[in-house]
Amino acid sequence: MTPTRLPRPSLVVLISILVAALAVPWISPYDYYTPSWDELDLAPHLASGHLLGTDGLGRDLLVRLMWGCRISLLVALLASLTSLVIGVLWGVTAGYLGGRTDDLMMRAVDVLYSLPFIPFVIVLTVLFGRNILLLFIAIGAVSWLDIARIVRGQTLSLRHREFIEAARVGGMTSFSIITRHLIPNLIGIVLVYLTLTIPTVILIEALLSFLGLGAQAPLTSLGVMIADGAAQMQSRPLLLICPAVLLAVLVYCCNRIGDALRDASDRASG
Amino acid sequence: MLRYVLRRLVAAVPTMLVIITLAFALLHAAPGGPFDEGKEMIPEIKASIEKTYHLDEAVPLQYLRYLAQIARGDLGPSFQYRNTSVNELIAQGLPIDLTIGGLALLVALLVGLPLGVLAATQRGRWLDHLSMGISLLGISVPVLVIAPLLILVFAVTLQWLPAGDWGDGNPRNLVLPVLALSAPYIAYVARITRGSLVEVLQAPYIRTARAKGLPAHIILLRHAMKPTLLPLVSFLGPASIGVITGSIVIESVFGLPGIGRFFVNGAFNRDYTLVMGVTILYGGLIVLANLLADLCYAWLDPRVRLS
Repeated sequence: MTPTRLPRPSLVVLISILVAALAVPWISPYDYYTPSWDELDLAPHLASGHLLGTDGLGRDLLVRLMWGCRISLLVALLASLTSLVIGVLWGVTAGYLGGRTDDLMMRAVDVLYSLPFIPFVIVLTVLFGRNILLLFIAIGAVSWLDIARIVRGQTLSLRHREFIEAARVGGMTSFSIITRHLIPNLIGIVLVYLTLTIPTVILIEALLSFLGLGAQAPLTSLGVMIADGAAQMQSRPLLLICPAVLLAVLVYCCNRIGDALRDASDRASG
Repeated sequence: MLRYVLRRLVAAVPTMLVIITLAFALLHAAPGGPFDEGKEMIPEIKASIEKTYHLDEAVPLQYLRYLAQIARGDLGPSFQYRNTSVNELIAQGLPIDLTIGGLALLVALLVGLPLGVLAATQRGRWLDHLSMGISLLGISVPVLVIAPLLILVFAVTLQWLPAGDWGDGNPRNLVLPVLALSAPYIAYVARITRGSLVEVLQAPYIRTARAKGLPAHIILLRHAMKPTLLPLVSFLGPASIGVITGSIVIESVFGLPGIGRFFVNGAFNRDYTLVMGVTILYGGLIVLANLLADLCYAWLDPRVRLS
């Protein structure tokens, strides 16, 4: 996994977006929620400091974009971690225990694969309140299937290695073998798939927010901003174009990096 | 063949049962009932409404009642659209979804397949890089970005096409929704086709065909195409899930009266029966698409035995 194989431009763009999104409360004089009644619908203007103009409530567009990114990335990260925890535990347990337990657990994964899961997430978010915290748990709870499959496959190949057998002979319990020996050896592959899960989750969050089920005003996210922008694209096309392009760029960069990491780890393992 | 289809359909029953049970459990675990919000209701009226819809019974009883109802093919009355059954709502919306989803998959094949073949035969040259670059872009740009941007360009700025509305299925109204929905799938189809054809072209039997002196297009069409299509067929299952998800967005952007709209509205309004009905329908469609994909696979690849 040499870092030179990573797509540099995507990495640079992604890191810039990350830094800007993290630093926005400190570097901008504007916030994302205070309406400013004498600065409504400004066109991009350098002198006033509204680099991309303001929206219909006089809020700075660039600042809102960065806050939108913050929320999208935060939700994506937390949801991916949730799916990672569930997926790794499920996969490693199935793979290590094997036999009938493995059959049963993987059969369950197969069944869940054919669930219409976006509709389920929509139902979940509606029913349990439009709470951003619950949102990511809901997303994470339905997107762990891929990771579980991959982890199980890896565990099957690790299970008969000498160090695992040595641990078993030494009298370690299954639980400590899993937590002390198997999971640390799975971290590499799991991190690779984490980078591929993040863009998917960003898209799911955007979709839910777009439908009005995600982040609630005044909090914003890229999906919310695209929906708002679409409603007034005739008069202010910039309000649609900016968040739409930013979301596409974000997902594109994540996909490029994830693909490159996966290729590198494929090469390393085979 | 027929026995295989039947067995697969029987095997789908547990999957559907899981879907139904999950949907039912979720909706009943949720705080608040469908008639809790809105204006204050006289307790007697509320009780009578709840009695009509059997909401006053124990939950297990409601579950069994619902299962029996579904077994008869009846998804029950809608809670919000009074005097309308979920079956009627689905019958209204489904043709729209099937038209748009079917057309989108067709467009994806018609555009993506040639693009992928072109890229594979021109492997490593600029046409390959160009078409693969475009398709990576297509994968990264989600439907909810493409759809409003298409409207902005073709409906608002250029005014060539209507911005939305079903318009009784007027072809002009269909162009933008179908284009927006198919865009990511054009990209996927092109990438899968390229990857698969590149591999097939390296097979010994293709070298034999070339050695026999067959012209390139005959090799491509007669010998290479069939195995190239195999991975595409298995993509049909995931693609159908994606089209369903995408159509929820498409319908809300273009204001189309399809099932996705009913679903989102129903979810907002706690229309239990509508949401459950649509979820079950989606599950059924996915199961069907997977079965269809497996059948096509076996038909294309004689090495696969249906058993």
